[in-house]
Amino acid sequence: MSKGVLAGIAGLIALALVPFVAADYALHIAIQILIWGFIYTAWSLMGRFGLTSFGHGAFLGIGAYVPALLWNYYSLTPWLGIPVGMALAMLMGVLIGYPSFRLRVVGHYFALVTLALSQVVLLSLVAAREVTGGSLGMTLNVKHSWIALQFGQKSVFYAIALVVWMAGLVVWWRVDTGIGRVALEAISEDEIAAASGGINVMREKLRVTVISAALTALGGSLLTQYIQYVNPDVVSGVAVSLQIVFAAIAGGMGTLLGPTVGAFFTIVLNESLRILFGIHFIGAANTIYGILLILFVIFMPQGIVGLIEGMSARSVRGVDEEEAAPAVPKP
Amino acid sequence: MDIFLLEAVVDGLLLGGVLALLALGLNLIFGVIDVVWICYVELVMCGMYTVYWLYSYFGVPFILACIAAILLVAVLGLAVHRLIIEPVLGFAPINQLLATGGLLFFLQSFTTLLFGTDFRNVGIHLAPIELGEIDVSKARLLAFAIALLGAGGLYLFLKRTYLGTAIRAIAEDREVMGLMGVSPRSIYFITSGIGGGLAGLAACLLVLQYDVHPFIGNSFGPITFMICVLGGLGNMIGGFAAAFIMSQIIAVGGYYFSIEFSYVLAFLLFIVMIFVRPQGIFSR
Repeated sequence: MSKGVLAGIAGLIALALVPFVAADYALHIAIQILIWGFIYTAWSLMGRFGLTSFGHGAFLGIGAYVPALLWNYYSLTPWLGIPVGMALAMLMGVLIGYPSFRLRVVGHYFALVTLALSQVVLLSLVAAREVTGGSLGMTLNVKHSWIALQFGQKSVFYAIALVVWMAGLVVWWRVDTGIGRVALEAISEDEIAAASGGINVMREKLRVTVISAALTALGGSLLTQYIQYVNPDVVSGVAVSLQIVFAAIAGGMGTLLGPTVGAFFTIVLNESLRILFGIHFIGAANTIYGILLILFVIFMPQGIVGLIEGMSARSVRGVDEEEAAPAVPKP
Repeated sequence: MDIFLLEAVVDGLLLGGVLALLALGLNLIFGVIDVVWICYVELVMCGMYTVYWLYSYFGVPFILACIAAILLVAVLGLAVHRLIIEPVLGFAPINQLLATGGLLFFLQSFTTLLFGTDFRNVGIHLAPIELGEIDVSKARLLAFAIALLGAGGLYLFLKRTYLGTAIRAIAEDREVMGLMGVSPRSIYFITSGIGGGLAGLAACLLVLQYDVHPFIGNSFGPITFMICVLGGLGNMIGGFAAAFIMSQIIAVGGYYFSIEFSYVLAFLLFIVMIFVRPQGIFSR
């Protein structure tokens, strides 16, 4: 067994033991890191291949609201509601992805189209205030049970979040090691050359888009199930969509654990600044966060994990685009 | 015609003036430097706070407060270019979007830190003008007129002056113009200053109509980008026309449905249009 696999197993055992040693507060932070890490990983499935979406808040919003509405109004269990939400998000991914890829809407045009999509979801949720509660948000009907996917103990939710997060990593790894990755990397470098090399550009792009949309929706569902409250701005606002992009990039979107490191980094930073400054200085955390993001984009666009890998593998050269996606060694 | 519908149309026309002014500066920067300042409306917010504090708190005359705001935001524009855009000019376009996105976060939270999340109003209430049976907001009419003047002034500057010609030339072809002795670096710098100044001007007009708060950019930002793209990024006349199309959809849609729903329509139209006419509705 290689060192990497051993380290992975040791890491998993350590993660599985967290609920037995951690206080409620630490467990709360850990759950948030896992769920957001999962969402950022889902985003990076697209982001690392040049499909920079500024609108994942749309998928997050669908995933957060659909099961919640079905549960509150029709008492439909989230076990069915969540797949419905994921399916709708996938449909939305196809509806926005197909014409975008067909008509070569790329770069900041793609970013703006997806941003518009997230605005459509956000404003629809606000507009349907009779059903969704509008900007005030919506509280889940509380019923602690497996059927309702609601639990009084944080440790149960931690276990669920851990499993889902790991599943996200497996999907990422499958995409990374599959034939699709070579194709997508070729596409993100030169689409026309890739197409003339026999790659079905359209199908590969749509595939990652649909997977990314479904997983993001699942992440949104989990957030709602955990917090038992949902609000349009929290899941679909411009700030959320941007935050997803930044955290994934800060962690490093070209590596397996990069987005999770991004989640860890941003959430721990946010929490410690909050504790440090208290509620008298709301905004202090995000002020520092904003500065860091600018510095990240300028000085280390390959992210934290990318930087560490770069340093251990070879001396860090400039920060060109190729460096942004260091190849992960094949098993 | 229904009197309320007429009022909605007139309202949309006047809102179009403000949106057009917002789109103008963003379009100028995009056309010349090929960069999208996603934090553009946050710069407008800085201008609004400047006017608010100078006028309402320190008692500076409104006109002087406006001039100060325009100058300050112009300087901010210069700083944005020098400190944030220049280091990433050679990077993929998406990195430039992200760098200015970081600034968006910074400006929103820093103003929250300084001023809190209170909605603040300069407290100038201009009496509405009665036109026939409908009331027209004087603040909006003023904004509309100044937006038109600003657009006209910018047009003349770009067409008639040496500097304006150099800016247009850079927008046309940046490689060749370097060889002709025009320095893209200084042109970019000047353009950023003008773009900032236009954001400051928009701030002076918006502050008469809306309360200022740290997150005002969230309500105006996305629609402004959509207008620029709809008109053809960098195409100033297109952007100007697109502003009026969008504002009519928002105002008339708001009359028939709800205001949020009319924004949903506007964004859906944007998505459809970018697929049908990706170079903007006025491309040839």
